Amino acid sequence: MSETLLTFQKGGVHPHESKALTQHLPIETLPIPEGVEILLSQHFGAPCEPLVKKKDQVAEGDVIGEVEAGLGACIHASVSGKIRNIATSANPVSISSPSIIIKTDPEAEPRVNTPCNWMDLSREELLARIKSAGIVGIGGAGFPTHVKLSPPPEAKVDTLILNGAECEPYLTTDHRLMLEHPQEVIEGAKIILTILGIQECHIGIEANKSDAIEEMKRVSREVSSNGFRISIDPLKVRYPQGSEKQLIESITGRRGPGVGLPFDVGAIVQNVGTARAIYEAVVLEKPLYEKIVTISGRGIERPANLLVRVGTKLSDIVSFLGGTRPDLAKVVMGGPMMGFAIPTLDIPITKTTSGVIFLTNDEIDTNPHGQCIRCGWCLDACPMGLSPNEIGIYVEGGRAEETSQFGLFECFECGCCAYTCPAKRPLVQFIRLAKMKAKK
Amino acid sequence: MSESPLWTVSVSPHIKSGESVERIMWTVVGCLLPPLILSVFIFGFQTLIITLVSVGACVATEAITQKLFHRPITIRDGSAVITGLLLAYIIPPGVPYWIPVLGAVMAVYVAKHLLGGIGFNIFNPALIGRAFLVATFPVAMTSAWLPPIRDASIFKYMGPGIDAISTATPLYVLKHYGIQAVIEKFGSMSTIYGDFFIGWRPGCIGETSALLLLLGGLYLLYKRYITWHIPVSVIVTIAFLTWVFGGEKLFAGSPLLAILSGGVMLGAFFMATDYVTSPSQPTGKLIFGAGIGALTVLIRFKGGYPEGICYAILLMNPLAPALEGWFRPRRFAPEKGAFK
Repeated sequence: MSETLLTFQKGGVHPHESKALTQHLPIETLPIPEGVEILLSQHFGAPCEPLVKKKDQVAEGDVIGEVEAGLGACIHASVSGKIRNIATSANPVSISSPSIIIKTDPEAEPRVNTPCNWMDLSREELLARIKSAGIVGIGGAGFPTHVKLSPPPEAKVDTLILNGAECEPYLTTDHRLMLEHPQEVIEGAKIILTILGIQECHIGIEANKSDAIEEMKRVSREVSSNGFRISIDPLKVRYPQGSEKQLIESITGRRGPGVGLPFDVGAIVQNVGTARAIYEAVVLEKPLYEKIVTISGRGIERPANLLVRVGTKLSDIVSFLGGTRPDLAKVVMGGPMMGFAIPTLDIPITKTTSGVIFLTNDEIDTNPHGQCIRCGWCLDACPMGLSPNEIGIYVEGGRAEETSQFGLFECFECGCCAYTCPAKRPLVQFIRLAKMKAKK
Repeated sequence: MSESPLWTVSVSPHIKSGESVERIMWTVVGCLLPPLILSVFIFGFQTLIITLVSVGACVATEAITQKLFHRPITIRDGSAVITGLLLAYIIPPGVPYWIPVLGAVMAVYVAKHLLGGIGFNIFNPALIGRAFLVATFPVAMTSAWLPPIRDASIFKYMGPGIDAISTATPLYVLKHYGIQAVIEKFGSMSTIYGDFFIGWRPGCIGETSALLLLLGGLYLLYKRYITWHIPVSVIVTIAFLTWVFGGEKLFAGSPLLAILSGGVMLGAFFMATDYVTSPSQPTGKLIFGAGIGALTVLIRFKGGYPEGICYAILLMNPLAPALEGWFRPRRFAPEKGAFK
């Protein structure tokens, strides 16, 4: 491609992409499991209160949990069946959290979704459908989408950015989504533009997904524009290209404040997967209870891109894919740069799970860390211009409270520093520790 | 799952670049070996023995110190080997074999481990070792120079009577007798440039071959283990200041002779670039390198020694933390609420 690739100015790393394991594999639907465990706390925001009780019958797509007060999103039954229990399940982030356990009714009819013409709906109706479908930002922290799409009036938002960068190694869900369902992503973008009352949309895609770029370009040319300006922007392959601040800079050249929200620079960022979920919520009135996940790494028998029900346990996915390999050494929920290592397969998929990576000893590095040799590589790698080396040394010296001078709270834990550190220092761990201590 | 596998559970990131302190250090060791091999042909086989003694003493000192301090023994990381090589490279080729042992103890025990070990030393350990030796054994350290061997008789300087054939370094001749004396002793300027570039001149064991040190430095640049900022600023500053102030009148000095003699190439590529004792950001590096260059020229012209880069680096080392603090990377968005 002769096009110039957009990118951000400062820092970043280029880890081995490892996407060849799954990028060519079409999205496969996992058979409905015998039961699901739907976490009441899946993401950013307040946990849900259950609306059902033991032995209730629920149908696929029924609301089963709602947030009573505060920021949050409702949850839905991902299968038809009977509530077996309201209990506690393992949670990849907060170790354990309350959950609703449903036993699947194998005889139940699948939910039928009939498309409607969303152009007839008002802005409020569109937002209401997104809210009642429980849509959250599925690429990252899971910020409730109906809130994100209602920016305060003083924020002068003029640009929508769809994040198709998928800069995390191994993950290929956004890639497959853009290749297999480009119309739905672009339709979702148009819905968001309508809600925001703006015309300008940029879809940023890393250049290692050239087939997805071509497909998205073709579709965006074909569909009627209705005054919308949707452009596909190829991005340089550089982690963390998909980070909100870096993506806004790459595409618009605007730099937001270190701690702050994208509205401050007039942009709203949504993942391409969220755009598709918005399409389904609005056009099909289908709640968010299915998720495309990449199951990859050399520790799984058969890597795949799977469409699974929210609440499906990892153990069900693993047995469908032929089990794990004997040299499996680490299981990570999410991407290898920012995901969470988990100790068990008894963990359900949530709305924000983008992948589960099964890593062997060859793929990870378990060497013990040494003293900082002050090479400064972490300073070069940090996309926020912080000093992770100093934070690490201060934390080791018991002076974590003094580290905000190095921009501690601007750190979004992308992991570039620890990735690049030749002394293998656990810099993200030091930074998390510093944040905990400095907040007190 | 019925089996109970023990998986690693740790904080992200879960993948790392393949780089490691060991790989960096052993790569530097590899880049330092060609000048050692050449030095055997320039100054004789005893340079290899001196170097091996120095490396062995440094590694042993590190192991014993860490054992005594109840710390993990890290001799495999290669950093003590580098200290041993560098220490040997900056002592004259005719010194007694026990000389580097004392330097090694000073370098590794005092300058490195008493200050906290790798990453916490303020001064370059090898240079501290040399500074100690120059202060305690000034005669051996400033007069054990040997004329380069021209006939491949590499065992010629082994055995007694080395004192009788010691010579003077080009910088010594230049300082005390002027450029004409240099030409009389070492041949025409073009011969000098050729010989000095390859390494055939009196000097310390590993400092004479500008060519091989340059190649090693370029490889480190290619591997991105070092950046150009420090070597270039050191060399350019020395060349420029020598050109301005190094001649009979202003703008008449010989910049090329200045950078091909003494320890400029070794210091600029392998000592001033030591991570621990130099700043890591571009602006800090340029100032650090320029400071080294200026102090080197000052010592050469006005100081008591003909060569100054060793002390110039040692004088700049303690400024590195300050330079690091003054020139931090630019924050992603320094101004709050900036809307551009």
